[in-house]
Amino acid sequence: MLEITCPWCGPRDETEFDYGGEAHIDRPKDPDKLTDEAWAEYLFMRKNPKGPHLERWMHACGCRRWFNVRRDTFTHEITAVYRMGEKPPGDGA
Amino acid sequence: MSRQVNRRPEGGRIDRDRSLGFTFNGRRYTGFAGDTLASALLANGVMLVGRSFKFHRPRGIFSCGAEEPNAIVQLGAGARTEPNLRATQIELFEGLEAASVNCWPSVEFDAGAVSDWFSRLMPAGFYYKTFMWPARFWPQYEYVIRHAAGLGRAPAEKDPDRYEKFHVHCDVLVAGGGPAGLAAAFAAGRSGARVILADEHSEFGGALLGLGAGIGGKPAIEWVESTVGKLRGMAEVRLLPRSTVFGYYDHNDLGIAERVTDHLGPAAPPGPPRQRLWKVRAKQVVLAAGAHERPLVFADNDRPGVMLASAAQAYVNRYAVRPGERAVVVTNNDSAYQVALDLDDAGVKVAALVDLRPAPEGPLADALRDRGIDVLGGRAVVATSGGRRVDAVEVGRLNDDADRIVGGTRRINCDLVCVSGGWNPAVHLFSQSRGKLRFDAAGACFTPGDSYQAERSAGACNGAFRLADCLAQGLAAGAAAARDAGFRKGRAPAAPKAPEPEAAPLRAVWRIPLPGDRARGAKQFVDLQHDVTAADVALAAREGYAAVEHLKRYTTTGMGTDQGKTSNVNALGILGQVTGTDIAGVGATTFRPPYTPVGYGLLAGRDVDHLFDPARRTPMHAWHESVGAVFEDVGQWKRAWYYPRGAESMRAAVDRECLAVRNSVGIVDASTLGKIDVQGADALELLNRVYTNAWDTLKPGRCRYGLMLGEDGMLFDDGVTSCLGENHYHMTTTTGGAERVLAWLEQWLQTEWPRLKVYLTSVTTHWAVAAIQGPNARRLLAELCDDVDLGAFPFMSWRDGTVAGIPARIFRVSFSGELSYEINVPSSLGVALWQALMTAGARYGITPYGTEAMLVLRAEKGYVVVGHDTDGTVTPQDLGMDWIVSKKKKDFLGKRSFARSDTARPDRKHLVGLLTEDPREVVPEGSQIVEEVRPAPPMPMGGHVTSSYWSAALGRSIAMALLVNGRNRHGETVTISLPDRNVRAAVTKPVFYDPEGEKLRA
Repeated sequence: MLEITCPWCGPRDETEFDYGGEAHIDRPKDPDKLTDEAWAEYLFMRKNPKGPHLERWMHACGCRRWFNVRRDTFTHEITAVYRMGEKPPGDGA
Repeated sequence: MSRQVNRRPEGGRIDRDRSLGFTFNGRRYTGFAGDTLASALLANGVMLVGRSFKFHRPRGIFSCGAEEPNAIVQLGAGARTEPNLRATQIELFEGLEAASVNCWPSVEFDAGAVSDWFSRLMPAGFYYKTFMWPARFWPQYEYVIRHAAGLGRAPAEKDPDRYEKFHVHCDVLVAGGGPAGLAAAFAAGRSGARVILADEHSEFGGALLGLGAGIGGKPAIEWVESTVGKLRGMAEVRLLPRSTVFGYYDHNDLGIAERVTDHLGPAAPPGPPRQRLWKVRAKQVVLAAGAHERPLVFADNDRPGVMLASAAQAYVNRYAVRPGERAVVVTNNDSAYQVALDLDDAGVKVAALVDLRPAPEGPLADALRDRGIDVLGGRAVVATSGGRRVDAVEVGRLNDDADRIVGGTRRINCDLVCVSGGWNPAVHLFSQSRGKLRFDAAGACFTPGDSYQAERSAGACNGAFRLADCLAQGLAAGAAAARDAGFRKGRAPAAPKAPEPEAAPLRAVWRIPLPGDRARGAKQFVDLQHDVTAADVALAAREGYAAVEHLKRYTTTGMGTDQGKTSNVNALGILGQVTGTDIAGVGATTFRPPYTPVGYGLLAGRDVDHLFDPARRTPMHAWHESVGAVFEDVGQWKRAWYYPRGAESMRAAVDRECLAVRNSVGIVDASTLGKIDVQGADALELLNRVYTNAWDTLKPGRCRYGLMLGEDGMLFDDGVTSCLGENHYHMTTTTGGAERVLAWLEQWLQTEWPRLKVYLTSVTTHWAVAAIQGPNARRLLAELCDDVDLGAFPFMSWRDGTVAGIPARIFRVSFSGELSYEINVPSSLGVALWQALMTAGARYGITPYGTEAMLVLRAEKGYVVVGHDTDGTVTPQDLGMDWIVSKKKKDFLGKRSFARSDTARPDRKHLVGLLTEDPREVVPEGSQIVEEVRPAPPMPMGGHVTSSYWSAALGRSIAMALLVNGRNRHGETVTISLPDRNVRAAVTKPVFYDPEGEKLRA
């Protein structure tokens, strides 16, 4: 079980959190202007890397805040935790 | 009752004053406190304890610990029976009952043993090869195979015992309480760190309990006792005996199975749990799991009486049991020499020590020769003979390459063969932690290489087999772990002296060659539990299963309940030989938790029955119970399903409840409806973004129905939202969707729209809701409420008022199609409201109705239930609800997806009504509509029935369905395919009752 550090509550067991998939996918400003391909890209396509991954988690059994995590999908090492709206530290994933 | 014929007259760590009676395979025996089931059986002269998995060959006690492949027993009877336990780890208690597994009718005579005669027909991959064809016979094959296979029996009854879980944090977790683990715990504990020391045995000391070794000039056991005493004195050290660290997971999360009262049997006190699961998050871990001795692979090496040398030593020393009368010790390393000396001390005649190495020298060899024990160098046991027990071994001379037996063989009579093929460090936990193993050529074993998590290995599990090294490594690891956990005080204490003669290198021979005249037929077992032989490994490699993970699955080596603790490395060594690679190149299979099996009860803990998932009850629940309501689960809620009167059937009760609503007035507990209080300057903006329709025109006092979609345009939830005032709304959701909708809105607000000033509060349980529905609803309300002008209270509006003296918020909305008021009052006053309505409603024959009637009533009106009539692939247009999708709003969640080609295509599945030709026919929900009837499946599919009920108001059945192109097929007849017949139904609009909505707005 992972140990995830909530930016507000500190380190907690993974079972307290909900997973929210890939981070930094902005909702298009004007969806009607997008081609079907571009909308499908936003809607369905997600990265599936073996390695560092920027993703969203929510502290469901705690403060219920969403935040970002950089986690290595292979080693499960968590190398960064940062708040919504913040840029990933360093050069991202 | 038989005598303990093999018990030594004195010594051992047993309590001879506490005699314990037990039964094995129905026969009564006695042992002593401190015995395991295995040691007690050996004391009583019982060596044959089981039959092998595939060939049903007789098998005896092979080890004295967790690695046991043979002595697998069924413990206890009835609800407490437990399969596949290792007799070597079961502590004896008064009244213990155990039986062999995998034998019928008895272990002495096993009918399945005929399979041994045909064993040449059952090579590796036998099942895969034999039972493939014809495929349709597989169910019959499977029945026979499943009966023939399998070890123990699971209990058929509910587990009567209690289990619990502890979640703990510590600075240093030490896994294993032998010399290295005790030393590590001591060094870490001295620093003040929070230490947990867990060991699977009843007492600490590990291998030292079975050795005659000395530490610091005294017997080792004195060092053990003094160290345990010091640890007990340390406030931050927690000692867990009978506790197996069974799993090493991510981020230093470890699982420990503590057997709290298992060793007491029926005498267990009622207070404590039977077992306790410790879920430990450790800053640092010291692995001190010890090592397992490795067998040697020679012909018929599975005969009862063949035993690991260290096990024989532990039985004579720790348990004061002679496992045989006349022993042959066969070894490729030095450790078995002391075994031979200890056996001799214990009065077991040692017929010979056979050493694979050519010229055994040194003080131990001299000691044996001084006692007149033959030390035969450069030779090996090539085969055994005997029936239910070994009666002799054949010893032959190995050539230099150890691939041939030179010359003839010599027979030596014996009833005990002590084997030592070297030692395998118990790297299971290290490997589970994703550490990389490396092959140590000197020890011919895998040892921990690069660490992956915050752990270090010490002692035998780290490849250090000498006692002095174990102590030194343990102390160093414990001190370093404490330091890394932030405890900087002190250094590792100096290691006490533990003199041992210098060890000579071992000679790794993975498979002892057969004498030339017996190249075929003889079985050289690699995996005793799964009956895998050296020839099976070679065959698998020849057939292309030479990758280690393939070999494992094809031969099933290492896949027994023992997880191959004694077999894996030998299998890899033989595979390496066959494929011409060395074992380091072959690699090891992945180790997975648990280290030894753990019960489901332990993993479940207290999370069973009503504690598994919380049950939510409405404020009026007790009232529903008092009138005999039948309940159904809706999410976590217990909702009244229907209210039978006397012996009334469900159908009759639901009919009566529905007709009461249609003809007079019914009352339903709608408290479970999800309710979210929405406030803030941008509350309206949020509604406009998440609902498909426009909300700008909604005035205070008014309500509006809305649909929420996912970004894929598919229906997500629905409900009525009311404007309470400027920037203040009361949102309702489906009962099951309350949490999901709140989380969904929060996610958008926090992640995408952080600038919106909106605050959401779940108020579901703040309110109790009684909905009165039916033509007499207004008359009833008027009797209890005089501060609301009911004449000026139109459909889809709400009013604050007083009902039966209780402050209430009344919504005029309807899920039944009738005149309806949903009366919301503070939860604590729900029962009072309900009772007042029941009393005042008596003159109208007010009828409480449940969820089933509610579903019928809404279906008559064609109202969908999200998740019942929809499944995540349904758009508002599919439901014919275009009217609620705004054309004017520039954007809302899901809007863009309407233009996707698949969503926009005209021939999607649409919601339709179905009227069966036979009006009495109520087809099951989920039934398939077929476009063409054929004699047998597959048939072209047209859709499925989503809702189906008997409508008492209409006097016939009604159904709704999702049907391909259904909107354009009204008037057609379709066929619903049931398992035993076909039903024809007419396609209609999905509204069956009051299509104009006159009653609703009355």
